[in-house]
Amino acid sequence: MEKRDGRPAGAVRLDDPWYDTPASGRGDQGAAGWADADDTADAAVQDGPDLSWPSLPAQRTDAPGEPGEPTHAEVYLTVQRSAAFQEVRRRYRSFVLPATALFLTWYLAYVIAAVTAPGLMARQVIGPLNVAMFAGLGQFVTTFVLTWAYARHARLRRDRAALDLRWETQEMTGGNVR
Amino acid sequence: MTGRPSALAASAATDDHQILTLVLFSAFVAATLAVTAWAGRRRHGSAEEFYAGGRLFSPMENGFAIAGDYMSAASFLGISGLIALFGYDGLLYSVGFLVAWLLVLFLVAELVRNCGRFTLADVVAARMRRRPVRIAAGVSSVTVSVLYLVAQMVGAGSLVALLLGGTSQVARTWTVVGVGALMVFYVICGGMRATTWIQIIKAVLLMGGAIALTVLVLLRFHGDLGTLLTTAAQRSGHGTDFLAPGLKYGGSWTAQLDFLSLGLALVLGTAGLPHILSRFYTVPTARAARRSVVWSIGLIGGFYLMTIVLGFGAAAVLGTDAVRAANPAGNTAVPLLALDLGGGPDSTGGTILFAVVAAVAFATILAVVAGITLASSASVAHDLYGALRRGGRAGRGAASPERGAAFREVAVARIAAICVGAVAIALALLAQELNVAFLVGLAFAVAASANLPVLLYSLFWRRFTTRGAVWSVYGGLLPAIALVVLSPVVSGSPTALFPGADFQLFPLENPGLVSIPLGFALGWLGTVTSRQAPDAAARHAETEVRALTGAGAA
Repeated sequence: MEKRDGRPAGAVRLDDPWYDTPASGRGDQGAAGWADADDTADAAVQDGPDLSWPSLPAQRTDAPGEPGEPTHAEVYLTVQRSAAFQEVRRRYRSFVLPATALFLTWYLAYVIAAVTAPGLMARQVIGPLNVAMFAGLGQFVTTFVLTWAYARHARLRRDRAALDLRWETQEMTGGNVR
Repeated sequence: MTGRPSALAASAATDDHQILTLVLFSAFVAATLAVTAWAGRRRHGSAEEFYAGGRLFSPMENGFAIAGDYMSAASFLGISGLIALFGYDGLLYSVGFLVAWLLVLFLVAELVRNCGRFTLADVVAARMRRRPVRIAAGVSSVTVSVLYLVAQMVGAGSLVALLLGGTSQVARTWTVVGVGALMVFYVICGGMRATTWIQIIKAVLLMGGAIALTVLVLLRFHGDLGTLLTTAAQRSGHGTDFLAPGLKYGGSWTAQLDFLSLGLALVLGTAGLPHILSRFYTVPTARAARRSVVWSIGLIGGFYLMTIVLGFGAAAVLGTDAVRAANPAGNTAVPLLALDLGGGPDSTGGTILFAVVAAVAFATILAVVAGITLASSASVAHDLYGALRRGGRAGRGAASPERGAAFREVAVARIAAICVGAVAIALALLAQELNVAFLVGLAFAVAASANLPVLLYSLFWRRFTTRGAVWSVYGGLLPAIALVVLSPVVSGSPTALFPGADFQLFPLENPGLVSIPLGFALGWLGTVTSRQAPDAAARHAETEVRALTGAGAA
């Protein structure tokens, strides 16, 4: 079974800036992470670029401890540039992008063939089964096979590395670890 | 699912069927109410619980619930009916509805689970200026949900007329109102937890019903699919053409383009349906979201394979002419097939099977509408209310603004569920004559045009900006709706909504072929014509890292 690492229902984590509670007031108080400072920042961006948030470090208290601690944004930029993350992203993309192109092309070819080449699709293959029926059932088969292949690829080649990165990132941002 | 119940359906729906159907359906309603009460008893009113069921469902449970949310009565009755009438051309629906899930599995499910909390807008707004993006995504999500909701409720009304033999307008009206009231009750009292369990129960019932009928069809033909197809082709009156494309979508170039448009909308729409997206938040991790999609692909694929057998089975057992005589749209093919497989109209077996199929179809509609109502109430409360309120309010100094706001938002969501339910009931009563398959196709087209481009751009395009997001949502939503208004569905044809008027400018019934590329194109245009926010790189980094690793996920 899946590891149930969700926290108990109803718990509220105040320290996660992604925890974007609408109408919370934290944006107005200017005492929250970057995601919550963005209303202020947006206004600034609209009025004049010189007031955008990177020049307002005082508004960001996501690193309230020592002054030398990296900010939230810096942590994510660091992780994004790290070799480990780039590898996870490369593995993910090298599977899903070709696979998506493949199944979309196959599906569209199937749909377009039905309206442009009905003669070909109606050609008998075995017994009552014609090309069209084989293609339709083939769509089912490819869908099941691609699902299985993706789940396997993700499980074997991505899950472990992604989980490690998750804990590391949360440790760096501090407080997000449950 | 429009069309009048004919003499055959009416004669099939004898008193015995009606009573048994009502008993079974009442049992389902009672069971779901018990589930709702059970879920409501343990509630503590947090947003996490209301929108996401506490995020503690297992992948298998969520997989069944996703399948339950997705397999509507339109699939069960409508697709089988289309196959019984048009043979191979009906099968294209089954394929499109299933293949769409690969897009969800590969590009959407895990990433959305990792970066969002409750809604589609969460994912987009995290990178953008929040207010305009939230409002745009909220508006389009509510639009899609209401369209889908109306489709299902119109279907419920028609189904009652067809299956219970209640031809009167009053019976239909009360069915729509009753279904609406029940779905609102499930949502406001049980939230996501009750809704999920209702979906699970419904999915089990629907799969059970479909398996039983499929087995009976196969037994009838001694397990020989070849004989089944040959008999279906013979009894269809079309010969081998019945097994080849072109019976429904051959003809003119507009019919062919319409078919391409529908095919595109079906495969791209699923990944933008708000009630499907919100299901990924009911499991603890992205890995669990992936596994629930794998479960649901297995269930949905199996189900659509069975609809093919049932459709050809109906043609082979009943004959296409009998199916068409019972209901021109083919919606009664499966119930009539059940009647025949059980032993005919006068047998006990036939009566029981017919009643079971009818009750399963009702249960299906009820569960689907509850899921959509919940998703749209989340969009109203979490996206629209949150964004609009935030804009017009000065700072507050409450002791615990966080928790208070969350509780208030859930209260708003409950009110929103009532409002959405009322709007859907009203629209469903107005739209009773509209074709259900068309409404579903439209909901998919709007979802694919307005929701999918913004979602994919946010997750995968580093340069994407706020203006791009807003343009992409409205650039898909508004053309989709405008093209429908200008289409032959609304005016300029004998079967249109306003047959008297003629302001038809657009030849296709489904807008997807034009509006989906427009949504993508305007998202691109809005982005390249706007300046990036200074912190865009950092925000993109955070989205990307969160999406792929799950760091900091709710």
